[in-house]
Amino acid sequence: MFDVQKIRKDFPILDRKVNGKPLVYLDNAATSQTPKQVIDVIVDYYSQYNANIHRGVHTLSQEATDKYEQARQKLQIHFNVAKSYEIIFTSGTTHSINIVASGFTSLLNRGDEILVSAMEHHSNIVPWQMLAERTGAILKVIPMSLEGELLMEDYDKLLSNKTKLVFCNHISNALGTINPIKEIIEKAHHVGAAVLIDGAQATPHIKADLKKLDVDFYTASAHKMCGPTGVGILYGKEEWLNKLPPYQGGGEMIDEVTFEKTTYAALPHKFEAGTPNICGGIAFGAALDYMNAVGFDAIAEYEHELLEYATQQLLEIDGLKIYGTAKNKTSVISFNIEGIHPYDIGTILDKLGIAVRTGHHCAQPIMDFYKIPGTVRASFGFYNTKEEVDVLVDGVKRAKGMLQ
Amino acid sequence: MQIKEIQEEIVDEFSMFEDWMQRYEYMIELGKSLPLIDEKYKTGDNIIKGCQSKVWVHAELEDEKLVFTADSDAIITKGIIAILIRVFNNQRPQDIIEADTDFIDEIGLKEHLSPTRANGLVSMIKQLKLYAVAYQTQLN
Repeated sequence: MFDVQKIRKDFPILDRKVNGKPLVYLDNAATSQTPKQVIDVIVDYYSQYNANIHRGVHTLSQEATDKYEQARQKLQIHFNVAKSYEIIFTSGTTHSINIVASGFTSLLNRGDEILVSAMEHHSNIVPWQMLAERTGAILKVIPMSLEGELLMEDYDKLLSNKTKLVFCNHISNALGTINPIKEIIEKAHHVGAAVLIDGAQATPHIKADLKKLDVDFYTASAHKMCGPTGVGILYGKEEWLNKLPPYQGGGEMIDEVTFEKTTYAALPHKFEAGTPNICGGIAFGAALDYMNAVGFDAIAEYEHELLEYATQQLLEIDGLKIYGTAKNKTSVISFNIEGIHPYDIGTILDKLGIAVRTGHHCAQPIMDFYKIPGTVRASFGFYNTKEEVDVLVDGVKRAKGMLQ
Repeated sequence: MQIKEIQEEIVDEFSMFEDWMQRYEYMIELGKSLPLIDEKYKTGDNIIKGCQSKVWVHAELEDEKLVFTADSDAIITKGIIAILIRVFNNQRPQDIIEADTDFIDEIGLKEHLSPTRANGLVSMIKQLKLYAVAYQTQLN
């Protein structure tokens, strides 16, 4: 049984005050908060078995290695992946994307085409632009509608045998749109293109079955899923990961080193140079356990309820406009009030203890599309409540009164 | 009035407010009274980088003193720049260069100095001082 009050007790930060007011944390799309079950694992790691992994023969090193590899297996099971070594630990989604973008340098030729959706985060635009510059490949954009939905007919037209790569987020961070990735992947495969799906915004809300999706690459960041910052994953199909060259040189990614030649270690170590974020990886596993215990179906259902309620309440405010009204969306509301800069609203809301994001959300092309400087973005997690939605709505009304 | 005196005057004004709401309402009022920049100076060159909102500043030298005009698309930002301009307007460049800005702490705007505001206030102060340095060089 989903009990939000019981869940809130797991998150110590939700008890704190900001500017003398109880914290109302509505910036979950930027980072999620951490339950004590995960904090305990972090404390336990540094108090009991902090050691470097995959190299020591001593007990601590073996314990740490075991826990780290167990976390990888948890991720493997959660995402329904065939082999645990297809899960590469990274510092987060941006790092994951860069491994692929860098790796494709040797696989692309001049004139090859890369498709990227119009609603990407900068971290899923810039690496591909750099790749296009390096290889002479051409970057093309899959356009979107005013509602914030990808125009699939245009996508069909863009696909051809020149298309080598397609990149798209599973869910847009700025608009909350859930993209039809199954269809995107299938169609790309028809023309022989590889697909990378950025799952950073989706994984906190949806349990993605990567086998069913048949996706070539998929990324996630722990800090959006109740885990710590600085750790994430790149999933890649074994055949693709074998084709890509290593991203960084260093310890752990080697098999044999002489000054003449180095042979690389097998997967996943080939892409995990240096000492990784060991504690972070283990805590990521714990975060996954926590979210699975709450249950992704229950999370989705509850967050949808919050989204509907918040949308309805906010739209009652005169002059308020919501950006991103896709039929299929998660609990993200990007909005503006006519004649008021989003930064001003965010500043007043902060004084009221309400944490929202303001600005372009690292998705400037979307803001250019709507011809706005940015938005106020409230993003809800499963530990938020309807009462907090009410506080937000009151806060927005108050800000509007002051600013207009 | 000297820079220090104007700063003390502003600190006095702000000390009368009982809570943040009154402070912000006053800042919003100040924003509305900001000496607006001529549209022709609202160019990319005059935009202060590092702010979440757009801020344009222009400076001219009159009788060896600097006259500032500015604008922003966000009203609270306009209030902040209005306070800075009130402090630095009609002052000699050398005095602006040497002035400290500790009064910002005292009027409860310290939060705008934090890097998460994309250094808005810090960038603004830097820009006003850069103008002063540029005109001082011209005077020397």
